[in-house]
Amino acid sequence: MTLIRAFLVGGALCAIAQGVVDSTKANPAVVMVSAVCAGAVLSGLGIYGPLVKLGGAGATIPLFGFGHALVTGMIEDAERAGLFGILTGGLRATAPALTAAVVFGYLMAVLFNPKG
Amino acid sequence: MSLYRVGTSTCLFPEMPVITATGSVVGPREGQGPLGSLFDLAYRDTAAGETSWERGETRMLRQAVDIAMAKAGIADADVDFLLAGDLLNQIVSSSYAARDHDVPYLGLYGACSTMGEGLALAAFLVAGGFARNVVVCSSSHHDTAERQYRYPTEFGYQRVPTSQWTVTAAGAAVVGLSGRGPRIEAATVGRVQDFGVSDANDMGSAMAPAFADTVWRHLQDMSRKPEDYDIIFSGDLGRVGSAIADDLLGKKGLDIKALHRDTALMIYEMKPEVSSGASGCGCAASVFAAKIWADLASGALRRALLVPTGALHSPITCQQGESIPCVAHAVSLVGEGSRHTGEVRQ
Amino acid sequence: MTRATVRERESYASLARSHQPSRPALRNLAVAFVVGGAICGAGQLILDYLVARRIPFVQASSMTSTAMVIIGAFLTGIGIYDRLGAFSGMGAALPITGFANSMVSPAIEFKREGFILGVSARMFQIAGPVIVYGSVAAVIVSILRVLVFK
Repeated sequence: MTLIRAFLVGGALCAIAQGVVDSTKANPAVVMVSAVCAGAVLSGLGIYGPLVKLGGAGATIPLFGFGHALVTGMIEDAERAGLFGILTGGLRATAPALTAAVVFGYLMAVLFNPKG
Repeated sequence: MSLYRVGTSTCLFPEMPVITATGSVVGPREGQGPLGSLFDLAYRDTAAGETSWERGETRMLRQAVDIAMAKAGIADADVDFLLAGDLLNQIVSSSYAARDHDVPYLGLYGACSTMGEGLALAAFLVAGGFARNVVVCSSSHHDTAERQYRYPTEFGYQRVPTSQWTVTAAGAAVVGLSGRGPRIEAATVGRVQDFGVSDANDMGSAMAPAFADTVWRHLQDMSRKPEDYDIIFSGDLGRVGSAIADDLLGKKGLDIKALHRDTALMIYEMKPEVSSGASGCGCAASVFAAKIWADLASGALRRALLVPTGALHSPITCQQGESIPCVAHAVSLVGEGSRHTGEVRQ
Repeated sequence: MTRATVRERESYASLARSHQPSRPALRNLAVAFVVGGAICGAGQLILDYLVARRIPFVQASSMTSTAMVIIGAFLTGIGIYDRLGAFSGMGAALPITGFANSMVSPAIEFKREGFILGVSARMFQIAGPVIVYGSVAAVIVSILRVLVFK
């Protein structure tokens, strides 16, 4: 059941992004940036949280979820440590994924060559 | 002093320079395409056995030159100029290939129009009495172009129907005063055209006006009709650009549709990932070297107009929101043994 | 014809448009939906497994994202992810596996320029804007939210 909901929510978010790319002819990087920002805004509006409850990984895996994770982390830290927490919370919450990306990126460059 | 010009932009060669030999070296995809067996050498490895794609492209370009010179039976001492160009920053493929030849070197940049630019310049040098033999060459490489102009090659991005696939290919030609082979009867150097197309994924739309302008000027200058040529070859307009170009010339009263072939549509089977067709300096260069020259030499073609067109943008100008200026150069070629003598109706 | 006027450019633009093939929008939507959904489904399998191991949801979610990053990095390394992206567009680019691909692909690509000036310098070429804009947007949203709900 959670699997089906994840598939549907995740698929829908990707389809929406694809629709934006095809209708606006935007650069993929621009759409990825917009998705993160949109995720942050929806998180602040209290909409993305329920979407995560509904779709699980279907909401956290797409880049919208990255924006949501940043905001959630920032607000958590702000509640504990005041406004300064906003600076600590974002990267703290996303640190595992980012660090893994950097380290495994480097490792992949050691192990593999581009194939073109 | 005589001036060998007609009309606004065309130069005529009373003693027509001869293209005595050509050489072509391509990558795996091109070797498997419709012209595959016609190329002199087709690599199965895109790096041509070298440690980087850039070195591989340099190697292919150098080999195309070597093959052409060997077929023409000439050595460095017989070559008075080497004209070369490619897509990379600072045209490194050309310069690094040139360092292996002890020949005066002139680097060119014309993007996909480079072979047209090179053949025109070679004709000027030879017909002007400044050279016995000129070697003209050009190359491009899919992966060196991708990593410079677009994205890392392992990045997962979706191509669009108007995009074109940069070829991995090099072509070279030897242009001389004497000998046997197809001849250059006239050359029209193009003017930069910019009609406001800024989408680097749709170069065909950007290039069509330049092609149309140069073809129109050439025919005007030579007082000729499209039918005076067996085929009018465009370089790298792709499906979209070719259709637009035919339309533009049609509006000027010139119907070239039946005579128009595009090298970008000749080098590959038109599979989905190729989208609108091929692109890159190496496309017109290698297709000319392997197919067009051969057809002129065998008599299959009696007179052809070769009009490679180039998009002169850079990644930075695109990021700054600039549109894409383009240029097209036309070279009129007559076949060996053709009855055409290069006469122009006055 | 060289310096085209605004009118000439406009009329050319509509002529060009008439010859430009349109994107297969419906096909792209469907493929993005299926591939994106499948990648998220794979993530859900990992998430469910971690939650079943009594790991709190937030931490499990973070670990799932990390796992997906590693998978995306590996698929990029072996040369599969670029084909997946070419096939499914946003279905592959939007999930965090696509984010990993956008970091790992330039890292691998610029290996020939050395590990410091190539691999490391270029790693954030495409992902950088995501991190910059994500941080800026999140800071603004968080400040507003904290102030509004004080």
